[in-house]
Amino acid sequence: MPEVFASSLEEVQEAVRTHARLRPKGGGTKPALSTPKEGETLLDLSGLRGILEYAPEEFVFTAYAGTPLKEIEETLRAHGQYLPFHPPLAEQGATLGGTVAAGLSGPMRERFGGLRDFILGVRFVDGEGRLVRGGGKVVKNAAGFPFHRLMVGSLGTFGVMVELSFKVFPSPRATQTLRLAYGNPGEALAAMERLRVLPLDLLALDLIPPATLEIRLGGFPESLGKRLKRLQEILQKEGEVLAEDEAHWEGVRNLRFLEEAPIWVKVPSTLALVPKLEGLPLGPRRYLGGGELLYAGMEAKGLESLRRAGIPHLVLKGAQDPLFPLPPEAFFREVKLALDPRGRFPLG
Amino acid sequence: MGFLEELRALFPPGRLLTREAELVPYESDALTAYRKRPLAVALPEGKEEVVEAVRLCYRHGVPFVARGSGTSLSGGSLPVEGGLVIALNRMNRILRLDPKARIAVVEPGVVNLEVSRQAAPFGLYYAPDPSSQPISTIGGNVAFNSGGAHCLKYGMTAGHVLGLEVVTPKGEVVRLGGESLEGVGPDLHGFFVGTEGLLGVALEITLRLLPKPEAYHTLLAAYGSLEAAGDAVSRVIQSGLLPGAMEIMDRLAIEAAEAAVRAGYPRVEALLIVELEGPKEEVEEEARLLAQVIRESGALEVRIAQSEAERQAIWKGRKAAFSAVGRLSPDYIVQDGVVPRSRLGEALKEIGRLSQEYGLRVANVFHAGDGNLHPLVLYDGKKPGQLERAEELAGEILKLCVRLGGSLTGEHGIGVEKKGYMPKMFAPEDLLAMERVKEALDPKGLANRGKVLPGYGQSPHQGGLKTDLGELYA
Ligand SMILES: Cc1cc2nc3c(=O)[nH]c(=O)nc-3n(C[C@H](O)[C@H](O)[C@@H](O)COP(=O)(O)OP(=O)(O)OC[C@H]3O[C@@H](n4cnc5c(N)ncnc54)[C@H](O)[C@@H]3O)c2cc1C
Ligand SMILES: Cc1cc2nc3c(=O)[nH]c(=O)nc-3n(C[C@H](O)[C@H](O)[C@H](O)COP(=O)(O)OP(=O)(O)OC[C@H]3O[C@@H](n4cnc5c(N)ncnc54)[C@H](O)[C@@H]3O)c2cc1C
Repeated sequence: MPEVFASSLEEVQEAVRTHARLRPKGGGTKPALSTPKEGETLLDLSGLRGILEYAPEEFVFTAYAGTPLKEIEETLRAHGQYLPFHPPLAEQGATLGGTVAAGLSGPMRERFGGLRDFILGVRFVDGEGRLVRGGGKVVKNAAGFPFHRLMVGSLGTFGVMVELSFKVFPSPRATQTLRLAYGNPGEALAAMERLRVLPLDLLALDLIPPATLEIRLGGFPESLGKRLKRLQEILQKEGEVLAEDEAHWEGVRNLRFLEEAPIWVKVPSTLALVPKLEGLPLGPRRYLGGGELLYAGMEAKGLESLRRAGIPHLVLKGAQDPLFPLPPEAFFREVKLALDPRGRFPLG
Repeated sequence: MGFLEELRALFPPGRLLTREAELVPYESDALTAYRKRPLAVALPEGKEEVVEAVRLCYRHGVPFVARGSGTSLSGGSLPVEGGLVIALNRMNRILRLDPKARIAVVEPGVVNLEVSRQAAPFGLYYAPDPSSQPISTIGGNVAFNSGGAHCLKYGMTAGHVLGLEVVTPKGEVVRLGGESLEGVGPDLHGFFVGTEGLLGVALEITLRLLPKPEAYHTLLAAYGSLEAAGDAVSRVIQSGLLPGAMEIMDRLAIEAAEAAVRAGYPRVEALLIVELEGPKEEVEEEARLLAQVIRESGALEVRIAQSEAERQAIWKGRKAAFSAVGRLSPDYIVQDGVVPRSRLGEALKEIGRLSQEYGLRVANVFHAGDGNLHPLVLYDGKKPGQLERAEELAGEILKLCVRLGGSLTGEHGIGVEKKGYMPKMFAPEDLLAMERVKEALDPKGLANRGKVLPGYGQSPHQGGLKTDLGELYA
């Protein structure tokens, strides 16, 4: 398999101009997406890394797309800040570009929103080798076409991202986690439904089938105890307060619960869809973001069942056709044609 | 059949305006310095009518402009001379409000505040709150990626739109996004938001709703200088607090607000409003820290709202500030640049200097939390040359914002007003990419022709598709 390595903007442009079909790869944590197919040249971006600008008082940083999330999060942590959308697979080496291209958020997306709420700007090399900027480096901006938002979930199909700017927030000073086991799935789902519409500012609200809820709170240590108590009163249930709060959630966001499964899938969900999803032959799984986001492990028959049921999903690992369904032709086709007229970049 | 006859067949009398007197109200938006006479105004009542109108325009090569309430401050809904205005105000139904799913599916002409009103009984609300929220429409908000006082914490409109039904300029109807907070594949609905009507007309919009914060803590602090107020904002951020809103008003803006609504503000050089929001236990703790930070910031006076009425009183002056400035001056231009928060002081100082140099008063009201300035340049349009000077001064301010690493617009859009400044912020290749996308979706250049893109590049296609983009920008 032909492979090129680019560690600078110019090298990315050069690679784009000389290869007919390219597949960018950050760290390779989503192998279903970053493994080249017949006729494609692999563009390895792991050398395009480093934080370019970071001003903690602005809540903004800019980094090269190949920068590992881990490196970014360590830098932020030193200033008491974090990426509130809690991107998955940081421990395994996921990069900023790969995370944007795949459009992935983790358990703490519940509190302030997902990746799409935090991306501020991008510089990418389009299919003609031109460098294009969208968005900016300030927390508020409405000038020009928002190419940065177009990159979210794009799987690299419009171009190779080289540089990304993000909004960040101050980390919660302390966190606490409550685990509640219910007698049956219906009860657990009903409890989640209730919690979703209350003004409780939950950091995370996860459903682990068949009938367990995990709830994470964050804030001032002085208020956490009181809020936890109130939560227990609302639910009329004591539950279990986890001792290993941090380590537990790192495991969740690194999708450790999928480790044994051959196929990993992200499914955009809704509360109403949960019962239908639960009727399919899926493996280990967890609903994040109050039931709006499912990460599931499965075997081939699970994936087939998703497809047969017409449920949109993205395969991160273990299958050939990662994206279902394809984006709506009448809009996607034109944007793709404008940015990558020669079809250098595959979609999925 | 000609274009107008076909339109007449589509819209009953009374819903197709063509007489001069009927057209006048649609000749401009809230930026009244620009006026253009459309050929006709259509008032659709359903999305099929919008789609048919767009298809007619495509077939006849007639430019069109979608219009909500026309509150754009940048000429975004200015008609194209001889083109069609598609006025969407009558498409104002909330089609579905599902509290369990925390979504509202709305027609584009629904007024922003109406969504929160309908969601209130369920303890939910729609977060983006432009000051124009009692009149501006969701369709207009989507086109401009509108903001408000709460953007730092909650983001702009784009984050709150989950799905869109759109008719492209060629008349194709597509659904982008869905009903979940998450999606797979390119975030095309996120991309549509903020493209100012250049890529099609939004027919139906799915919005995310949020639980209404349980408790608020609203503080008003008075300062002896704008700089001191700006410093206080930095201190708040450095303390690790994340307020829902942080707003600053300068002396001129305070005077205007007082004259208009008697909010009871202290007469000082600068006022800072900070609002914390969240669960009550958390807000209590945050308020303690905030009190300490503000004490150390050298505030001359501090007021804390003890009731919802007092909170509303604090906000009343701020919300009325724009319209109130109308009392101080016959005319004004609202600017909307953004600077990195740490450069606010520098920006304000330079705006003060420019104000002196041009001999025009500038009032400052701004979203300090996210560096979004709203300098109001006061002028008298009846005095010859004043409008031109005011525009020049406003332009200087925009260039300043870009120079300091910010943006030409935080929320009001580029429209016609700022398109000439786009090359200050974007490189030729950036603009070319925007033009290529526009041209691919709208080969005849019909949708909101003449807005946003300054016409930097030539037609990127060799032969083949001939478009009139070049002439449009001439
Ligand atoms: C289960 C598992 C465990 C692992 N454990 C470890 C470990 O412990 N330690 C370790 O070092 N490594 C580990 N790896 C490998 C490591 O995760 C990869 O090297 C990782 O860095 C993948 O990068 P990525 O996830 O950011 O995106 P990728 O998987 O590389 O790419 C995802 C998608 O994004 C696109 N893309 C990526 N970057 C760009 C860009 N800049 N512009 C446009 N499109 C782009 C790709 O084309 C693809 O469509 C593991 C991998 C797996 C699957
Ligand atoms: C007093 C005052 C205060 C304001 N405060 C704020 C503020 O705090 N924050 C802020 O962001 N803005 C503010 N604005 C600006 C303005 O209200 C917003 O930009 C608003 O979103 C415009 O909505 P509208 O319905 O009036 O749209 P219009 O002015 O009618 O149109 C605006 C743009 O949207 C396009 N458009 C309208 N509907 C559609 C559709 N369905 N599909 C595609 N394109 C469409 C139009 O073509 C045009 O380009 C303020 C304006 C005023 C007058």
